[in-house]
Amino acid sequence: MSAATLTASSTEANMRRMSPTREALRRLVKHRSAQIGMVILGFMVLIAIFAPLIAPYDPYARQLGAKRRSAPCIHLLGCPADQPQHIFGIDSNSRDLFSRVLFGSRLSLQVGFATITFAILIGGLIGALSAYAGGWVDNILMRSMDVLMAFPSLLLAIAIVAVLGTGLINALLAIGIVSIPRYARLVRSTVLQVRDLEYVQASRALGAGGLHVLFLRILPNAITPLIVQGTLGIAGAIIDAAALSFLGLGAEPPRPEWGLMLGEEKNSVFNAPHLVFFPGLAIMLTVLSFNLLGDGLRDALDPRLRGSNA
Amino acid sequence: MLQFVARRLILLVPVLIGIVLVTFIIVRAIPGDACKAMLGEKATEATCNAFKERYGLNDNIFVQFGRYLLNMAKGDFGMSLRFGRPVMDLLSERLPLTIELTIVAMIFSTVVGISLGVISALKRNTFIDSLTMMIANIGVSMPVFVLGLVLAYIFALLLKDTPLSLPPSGRLTSGIALTPLVKYWDLTGISGVKKFAVDFLSNSLLFNSLITGNWQPFGDGLKHLILPAVAVGTIPMAIIARMTRSSLLEVLGLDYIRTARAKGLVYNKVISRHAMRNAMVPIVTIIGLEVGSLLSGAVLTETVFSLPGVGTALVSAILARDYPVVQGFTLVVAMIFIIANLVVDLSYAYLDPRIRLE
Repeated sequence: MSAATLTASSTEANMRRMSPTREALRRLVKHRSAQIGMVILGFMVLIAIFAPLIAPYDPYARQLGAKRRSAPCIHLLGCPADQPQHIFGIDSNSRDLFSRVLFGSRLSLQVGFATITFAILIGGLIGALSAYAGGWVDNILMRSMDVLMAFPSLLLAIAIVAVLGTGLINALLAIGIVSIPRYARLVRSTVLQVRDLEYVQASRALGAGGLHVLFLRILPNAITPLIVQGTLGIAGAIIDAAALSFLGLGAEPPRPEWGLMLGEEKNSVFNAPHLVFFPGLAIMLTVLSFNLLGDGLRDALDPRLRGSNA
Repeated sequence: MLQFVARRLILLVPVLIGIVLVTFIIVRAIPGDACKAMLGEKATEATCNAFKERYGLNDNIFVQFGRYLLNMAKGDFGMSLRFGRPVMDLLSERLPLTIELTIVAMIFSTVVGISLGVISALKRNTFIDSLTMMIANIGVSMPVFVLGLVLAYIFALLLKDTPLSLPPSGRLTSGIALTPLVKYWDLTGISGVKKFAVDFLSNSLLFNSLITGNWQPFGDGLKHLILPAVAVGTIPMAIIARMTRSSLLEVLGLDYIRTARAKGLVYNKVISRHAMRNAMVPIVTIIGLEVGSLLSGAVLTETVFSLPGVGTALVSAILARDYPVVQGFTLVVAMIFIIANLVVDLSYAYLDPRIRLE
């Protein structure tokens, strides 16, 4: 046996010894779009955490003396040094747009995580209950999920906001409710797949209770698809929340929310395009990062690809 | 095939009932007294009672639901509280635009999406492939209203005096008008569903101008629809492009494609006749699922481009608490979504015989 084959077989042995989690992580870190996604997302998270330190002005404060809707003034790019620097310009209420966009990242990230966590918890519970109980419980729960999915999601969210009243919290609740069916179906199908497998029966035979089997033996199987769907879901939730605020049904002024900022300034697009450009870019980048990361996670966690170097 | 269609239609019934139930509950679940919400806080006990009697709000909730179903079957969605007009009338004015916008956007997203996907798949792992997929990734992440505003800025301001200039708002340039079809077909005096149908067609600008051979409004109307349609269609376009790429790549790796090429068929024919036919099934599924996102997008885009469609009406109805309008409009859009999905189901039963035989 030559040295070359020896090394080859030993790396193979290493690969085999690597835990699935570590292998998935390795594949994720090597995935090109996941890399881009993680960089942008990391950047956004840092901005959100350090917003009060980075922001040059109070996002709510009117800048006395600044002209409304004035274009960006950056000293490095030739703006006279005697004028105060406003990197993204001034909005219609004489506030510093840069500070507002920075603070907006906090809101959007929180909105994304909060709504999807809510949807996964409730949806997961419904799905698990549905699959575990079966029979008429399953039928009723799944048919109601079908009905929720029969509405275009944003439209249903708008209708729910109509009932609950406008406002950021109600908008989030609406988006959360609208996202529930996806996770309910996902968890239900996972539970159905593994419910009768031998290792679950073995666990039961050893005397494990129903909840123990469900939470420790069955539901861990749902974690992988939930992570992928959840990451992509956050992207959708951020867009939907921004959309509701854009329509005037979500966050209320003067809150620095990207969608609301766009909605307030949409009529200034022709004379002050920067007021639309920067918040729009911020939403796009944040959503893009979650989408890229979600794609990367899907590829990395897909068991069919496991072991290959794709 | 007929059996398959029948089965699908029967499966639709519980979902339809569910949708009606949800919209019914939505309006009943509105916090506070319906009377106070509609007549104002100062309404007295007596006027409130009269109001409730008139709208049947004192009856048992099941009786109310039954009456609601019955009225709907007759095409009666109630009266708008704000305008004092039947919701159906408002629908016949607002719905055509939204549907036209959705259709134009769908054509855009399907044609461009599938083309980009095919190019990407055939030029796999080249610069063109990476570029198209990057466009697709950015397209998926671009909120409709951001893209709408950016497009309006580019095509209405930056390209203002070039032939590429496109109008950023409204449905028609002022001064251009259409003949109502009621007059054109000489149908004055009709009512009910018939009137709704004629009004609906009459307000479908593109349909109306085609029928009456009125080319100026047709061109002008289409021009006004291009930017909104591109804004609405971009996310679905990107999703369709990605799905086409992966679906076609999967099919291209199969044995029968190699066989077809080995027996000497022209490559283009192998792609268009053999590969695409099988690759289409998941693509059609995705197109159907995207109808929902097109409808949602239309709602947002109408706000950006100040178009008088369902979306702008719905949002202003919510802000004005005009609940019959919210209820009727939501219901109708949900039904359109369901019908679109039904059409998709049927079309892939046509594309894939295995589905219909299951």
